[in-house]
Amino acid sequence: MSTLANILIDGVAYGMVLFVIAVGLSVTLGLMRFVNLSHGAFAMVGGYCAALLTREAQWSFWGAVPVAILATALLGAVLEVLVLRHLYRRKELDQVLFTIGLSFLLIAGTNALVGPQVQLIPLPPVLAGSVDLGFRTLPAQRLLVIGAGLAVAAAAAWTVTRTRFGVWLRAAVDHAGTASALGIPIRTVQCVSFAAGAALAGFGGILGAELMPLEPYYALKYLVLVLVVVAVGGMGSIAGSLAAAVLLGVIETASKYLASDWGNLFFFLAMAALLAWRPNGLLKR
Amino acid sequence: MNTMTLLRARLEKAGDASAPRCAPPWRAPLATFAIGLAACTLLPEHAGLLTRVFIMAMFVLSLDLAVGVAGLATLGHAALFGVGAYAAGIFALKVMPDPLVGLAIGVAAGALLAFASGAFLLRYQGFTFLMLTVAVAQIVLSLAQKARDWTGGDDGLSGFSVSPLLGRFAFDLEGRVAALYALAVLVVAFYMLRRLVDSPFGLAVRGIHENRARMAALGTPVYARLLVLYTVAGAVAGAAGALSAQTTAVVGLDSLSFALSAEALVMLILGGAGRLAGALVGATVFTLLHHTAASINPYHWLSVVGILLMLVVLVPPAKVWPWLRSRLGAKA
Repeated sequence: MSTLANILIDGVAYGMVLFVIAVGLSVTLGLMRFVNLSHGAFAMVGGYCAALLTREAQWSFWGAVPVAILATALLGAVLEVLVLRHLYRRKELDQVLFTIGLSFLLIAGTNALVGPQVQLIPLPPVLAGSVDLGFRTLPAQRLLVIGAGLAVAAAAAWTVTRTRFGVWLRAAVDHAGTASALGIPIRTVQCVSFAAGAALAGFGGILGAELMPLEPYYALKYLVLVLVVVAVGGMGSIAGSLAAAVLLGVIETASKYLASDWGNLFFFLAMAALLAWRPNGLLKR
Repeated sequence: MNTMTLLRARLEKAGDASAPRCAPPWRAPLATFAIGLAACTLLPEHAGLLTRVFIMAMFVLSLDLAVGVAGLATLGHAALFGVGAYAAGIFALKVMPDPLVGLAIGVAAGALLAFASGAFLLRYQGFTFLMLTVAVAQIVLSLAQKARDWTGGDDGLSGFSVSPLLGRFAFDLEGRVAALYALAVLVVAFYMLRRLVDSPFGLAVRGIHENRARMAALGTPVYARLLVLYTVAGAVAGAAGALSAQTTAVVGLDSLSFALSAEALVMLILGGAGRLAGALVGATVFTLLHHTAASINPYHWLSVVGILLMLVVLVPPAKVWPWLRSRLGAKA
């Protein structure tokens, strides 16, 4: 019983981290049709910034996290403006190759600047402890991760469906030419969406630092997991990504608890089965 | 008037580029054989590296069949390579050490996996297909990791030896026989694939790459054609894996890894996809670069590949070669 509860809590927390990283990719991939494989590298950059700011510069956790997220967003925005926007109209393969190359470069750069060892983000005392919920005690960090994941899901869904920006984004996606003719600032919309996706990836990298250790190869190691979440959830679907992330997170955690010597087998079997069942995404028919 | 002449000039130019190939199918494989043979004679001390080049060329050739000719973007091609390698290794260990029979076993294993996985994968297209190929490769990798008794798990499969080729040429320590053996298999595979790609079957597959719906409307059985092509690609990848197992006498889990699939794709794009010869050029350039850069520092190597990849996209080789040719032609 307690194993089951542990699996559920850790699995949901893991799924939330995957979701926070994946949702940005889902938006760029599904809405902007841009295959961005450097997304994992953005998560890594966010995590590294937070780790370095708290450890080396002795910033407080609450100060370092927003700055790290902003730094990641800035990196995303600069890359988008300088290079990536020229690739929007190119073939998927070109986009894949360019962004993989970018990831390689970021990995090599991270290693050269910081070194190959695993980076830890020291948690403030509030998060390092545990919280008594009445019926059981949980690590505060897990609760924060789950809460943050739900908040991101709600905020992203609200932005896309209810705000002016969301209307612009959907219009730009449906028909860029017409949207532009109607006076929607397409370039700004694309740039801001991309930067927001990068910022969320950075946030996910920070949140998940305990579950997915930060090291230079992070960018590639977890990229496949994130891509799987996006594919199973359906590109561009926020609710689908959330469902897929939590489901796959629980499956992955359960297989680690119960059948660790099988490696990633069950994760990928589940993915293949889900994709075969719903090729366009869990919540789409 | 001016635009008319311009248009005509452009049309004539396009006509030149898309004119039917008149070169006989044996010319390019023969040239490959001559170049490979020359490399083996001139650089006998690098026989191991040359063997690696030939094996990777064969693997990329197989990938070109799937990606370049049929348009099946895959990131799981290493599964076919690794299965061929493990099959050949296990066969040499448990049944008999003859290299040619082992090669046939590798081919069969690669083809079988490609047929079985292709029957499932080819129902899907685009991004879903890409992700499913990753899933299949990872499932095969997990199974190989789990089946320690057969594959040696993380330690890799070793301890098998290969008997002399055709009963006469023993695999020596210098690796000359291995290099020539790999070269011979590569040339034969290249010739056969060249014939296949230029055959009516190959043309039908190219048509499917360009427009699936139209080919289906013309009466081409799209799924069956692609399945056959994918199985052939699997057979060639399995042969490359078997060669790798036989010439190095060890098979590791890295022969099934995602990194190998991604690297092969890079090699293919580097040389130019869809023309077979490009696969050979890309594999050669990439493997030699890897050898030089990685001997300095693995992270250094990673940044070299990264920059190379970004350059290939920003300055595509498909545009550079004609430009270079026209510049050089203009000079001469």
